[in-house]
Parts: sequence; structure tokens; C-alpha cells
Amino acid sequence: MVSPASADPGLLTGFYRNMLLVRRFEEKVGQMYGMGLIGGFCHLYIGQEAVVVGMNAAIRADDAVITSYRCHAHALVRGVTPKAVMAELTGRSGGISKGKGGSMHIFDTAHGFYGGHGIVGAQVPIGAGVAFAQKYRNTDNVTLVFFGEGAANQGQVYETFNMASLWKLPCVFVVENNRYAMGTAVGRIKAGTGIFRRGEAFGIPGIEVDGMDVETVHEASKDVVARVRGGGGPVLVEMLTYRYRGHSMSDPVKYRTRTEVQKVREEQDAIDQVRARLVERGVADDAELRRIDRDVKEQVAEAAEFAQQSPEPDPGELMTDVLVASGDG
Amino acid sequence: MAAVTVRQALRDAMAEEMRADERVFLIGEEVAEYQGAYKVSQGLLEEFGTARIIDTPITEHGFAGLAIGAAMAGLRPITEFMTFNFALQAMDQIINSAAKTLYMSGGQVSCPIVFRGPNGAAARVAAQHSQDLASWFAHVPGLKVVAPFSAGDAKGLLKSAIRDPNPVIFLENEILYGATSDVPDGDFALPLGEAGVERSGGDVTVVAYSIMVAKALEAASSLAREGIEADVINLRTIRPLDTRTILESVSRTGRLVIVEEGWSFAGIGAEVAAAVIAEGFDLLDAPPRRVSAADAPLPYAANLEAMALPRPDDIAAAVRDVCYTGL
Repeated sequence: MVSPASADPGLLTGFYRNMLLVRRFEEKVGQMYGMGLIGGFCHLYIGQEAVVVGMNAAIRADDAVITSYRCHAHALVRGVTPKAVMAELTGRSGGISKGKGGSMHIFDTAHGFYGGHGIVGAQVPIGAGVAFAQKYRNTDNVTLVFFGEGAANQGQVYETFNMASLWKLPCVFVVENNRYAMGTAVGRIKAGTGIFRRGEAFGIPGIEVDGMDVETVHEASKDVVARVRGGGGPVLVEMLTYRYRGHSMSDPVKYRTRTEVQKVREEQDAIDQVRARLVERGVADDAELRRIDRDVKEQVAEAAEFAQQSPEPDPGELMTDVLVASGDG
Repeated sequence: MAAVTVRQALRDAMAEEMRADERVFLIGEEVAEYQGAYKVSQGLLEEFGTARIIDTPITEHGFAGLAIGAAMAGLRPITEFMTFNFALQAMDQIINSAAKTLYMSGGQVSCPIVFRGPNGAAARVAAQHSQDLASWFAHVPGLKVVAPFSAGDAKGLLKSAIRDPNPVIFLENEILYGATSDVPDGDFALPLGEAGVERSGGDVTVVAYSIMVAKALEAASSLAREGIEADVINLRTIRPLDTRTILESVSRTGRLVIVEEGWSFAGIGAEVAAAVIAEGFDLLDAPPRRVSAADAPLPYAANLEAMALPRPDDIAAAVRDVCYTGL
């Protein structure tokens, strides 16, 4: 298959770089968590990289993105610096939220990133609200509203589908189906057919996409985003993906076999696929790929260093940002 | 100065703020074509159109979350709950999203939103449709909680709530919607966080909010005939609590009665009493007393319902207690 991305070698190289950044970043997070430098709940994105990278390339800088607590990757591809994300994870003042949100609550509205939400499904109506504001202001912006296949069973998701379709809000609902809602395989908790069809009753068209292939993700997203941006109303996209690590750092992953994970890694890994294509298409040689690997590794190492050197928040920060001071609004 | 109903005052406040700020819109069940389940939004659809007066499906959790998202993206939603009983469906969004995101984002994402609608007991609608939820919301840092009594309160406080850059829970009262009182002309706003003194007297301080201010004033009139003069404080804002006004009054009276329509356990009365004891223990000549709802779901039967809610006689009895009269 000749993908249109092959016509733009820079794009494919960019995909490779971004996916690698996410993976190396998350691997470092895992290490630092093990060393006790990161606390609390921490959910890694390893395995799912193609979804955010491919989708982000289909939207503009002034569009918006919102997701759940598995949010490091979404922030990174929106342009939040690895330093600011990593320092948030270590709970330091240099973190994007001054160390007050942590792993699950990364926000950066300057990059159109609305979080970073910890309650499963809660970001879905909020994201529709961001899209509502885009429409209210007569912009042609769109909002990508990410949630997992676990969240797809929350009632508020369907309350939101109803309103979003009724009011033709410019949002793309993206189910990142990584096959396990915490420790429960999707087949055990999902009645009916594919999640992508769950918008049909609300008049929301749905598509299912191979979320392990970044070019496929990108192509599908471009079409969907164009439709939504054009005022066609919301679309539901189910990205079939897979997470290699546990639900969170405290998950011993007893609910699936190592063989299953190994098989996906060997046959479908998003980064390996792109690496092979870059070489095959003559876009990048080994030296170029090694250079990208080294750059990314350096970037992540710098972020890790920064996140450990950045001071803890000033004690005075305990009581700031509870309310906006009147007059600031 | 003009005499208007609380209902009209609320409508005027919304209309004026919507004329002044295009970011302000009204969203909720039956707010547009039906003109409001309690007719509070009468005429707004005609003036502002369907883009800014928005009927929702019956979907409290969903539309509360959607409005919160719109606020985070810079709009100024006024979100009407047909009654606050239904806000319980939306509690996660109000507490976990509206109240906390500013903090969690290190000050990046504010949520300038008003949640408004009737709170507390209506008449004969039984337990699920009759409860004062003030203490639920007041418990949470990141929210402001307002409860107007008069038409002036309603207009002045709602205008301030809409202008406030924070999430504001605005607790109206169905029984008060038709009550008439004077509202100053022009662009009249009352600051949040400041209580009002409805009646001055040197013998006892009675603190109340919303419809309980009316009950407290009734009690004060009958007590005056016995020679007991009460200061009646209308809290107006429950959080942040105006302890300064309360303490100033207690410094003159030495006695405190707090009236709330809700249950007493972990309630607003407990909070006011604790604040006064902590900061003004030496001012007190008697232990503070609380008057509140019976510690049971609100009954339907007329006689039981009347017994369950604070009555002027209950307030007067509490006042006599703290004044050590009638013993």
C-alpha cells in the first residue's frame, strides 16, 4: 500500500520522532517511578503512541484536546515541553501545573490542552463544552475528546453524545480501545457490537481504525476532522490499540499473558512499523534514525534531570489557586 | 428604587449581565421555550435568541459537565438546575471538575460559572424534592456558595456571581420567588462574602440565610413584644463566610442562634457556631444554639412537614433559651 504520507517524508519522520519521544519519555517515567521519584497513580502510554501522534497531526495548533488521566503523551504531542511534564510528575515547581496536579492532571491551555482528568468519563462532557465554546464564538476549531473503552460505559458519555449531536458540536470523540479497562478485558464489559457504533442512535457516525498504524490513524483523522470542522457534527472514532504496561504503575498485570503482549509488540508495534517504512521508502537511513534516537534520548534525559533539580513548590503554593482573586477574571 | 419579585430580580440580573457580556449565556432544562420551570427566565429567549438561551435534555450530569467545559474555554455559563435536588446527579462535575481544576492546573484553567436554581423545601413535594444542600457545597474549597433572601439580594448577588471568575453555587428558594421587595435602580451589585443586617437589636444575634431570614424576622417581631431585641443577620453568602459581621454582632449581644433549613449534622449552623467559638469565645454569655430541620427525610403529610422545618416559634424558643428567659 502506498500511503499518502510517503509523499511527505518529513511527516513520517516527524511521526517517528514524536512516537519515540513518547515511548522513551514513558520508559523514563517508569524508571523514575521505580526509584520513588514519582508518586501516586501513574498511567503510561507505551504501546498507544500512534493514536495521539497521528491524530495530533490532523488538527491545528488552535484546536483543542482533552483526555483522561493517561495524559502525558497528549500533552507532549501538543507541544508541552518534556521538562514541564516530567517536573509535574516529580511534583516540582517547574511542572506545568506547578507540581499541584501530578501525573493525572497535566494542563496547558496555551497549547489547547484541557487536561488531564481523573474521573473516568468526566472529560467527555467537558470536552463537548470546549467544543460548544468554539462554536459559540463562530470559530472553525475542533476539539478532540479522548476516552478509553472503559469510560465508554459511563452514562455521561451518552448524555454528551446526545447534546453534541443535537447541537452539532465540533468534537471528535476518540475511544482509545487498548483492550483492558484497568484489569477487565473489553469483551467482559461491553454489550453489543463495536464501541464505534455506539453513537449511531444519536446520529453520530462511527469508524474503527487500526490505532497501531500511525499513517492509517492520520489519514482517517484528516477525513474526520475535515467533516467535523465543516460543521457536520460530531464523529466517533474507535482506535484499536494496545498498552504494553499495566493500567497504572501498581498493576501486576495478572489478567493477560506475556505471550499476548509479546505478540502485539512483535507484529504491530507502532514505532517498529514506521521505522521499517522509513528505511524501506528510503526516507531515512540507519544513521539518520540513530541520530533521532540519540536526540530523543537526550531530550528525555534533560527532562529527567530538570525534574529532579527543579525545587519543590514553595509552601505558600498550598493555598494559592484555590480561587481566582476577584478582579483577575 | 422599585418593588419587584425575587423572580423578576433574578431575570433582570441575568438580562443585564447578558447585555453587558457576550460570553454570558443561560443553559438548563426548560429555560428557553417554556420560559423557565418557575418562570425565572421569562422573556430571555425573545431577547437573546436560541444561541444564548439554551434548552437542554434532562441530563444534569451531562449539561453540568458541558457548561463547565465551556467555562474552562472562556465563556460565562449560567447553569440552571430546575431544582438543586437534581444537581446531585451532577455532583461529580461540580466538585471534581468545577471546583478543583484551577488548583490542579496550577492556576491555568479557571471555571467562571454560576449554578443556580431553587434549593430547600418547597411545599408538599416530599423528601427527594425538598432539601437544603447548602452544607454539601459549602464544604468544598474552590466553590463560592450564595443564598439570597430578598429581591435586592437576588439581583445584586446574582450579578456579582455572574461576574465572579470562580464557580458560584447560587441557592434560590421556590417559595420566595413571588416575594416582593425594593431593589435599587441601575447597575446594582452586592459583593459576595458580605452579610447584611436585616434588623438591629442588642439582646441576641440570630444568623440565618435564604427563607430562614423571613422566619427569623417573624420570630424577632414576636420576641420584641416580650422585650427581647434581636440582631438578625442575613448571611447572603455562605462561603466565604462573613465571620466579621457575625462576631461584631455577638460582641454586642453575647448570644447566638443560627437558623438553617437543612439538617444540623455537619451543617452551616455548626460551622457558624465553631467560627464564633474559636474567634469569639470570650464574647459569649451562653452556648450558641442551632435551629434546623428535623433529622429525618422531609415528610409529605402536612402536619409532619410543618414539624420538620424550622418555624418562628422554634427560633423564638431557642432565643429564649440562650437569653435564659422563660425558664
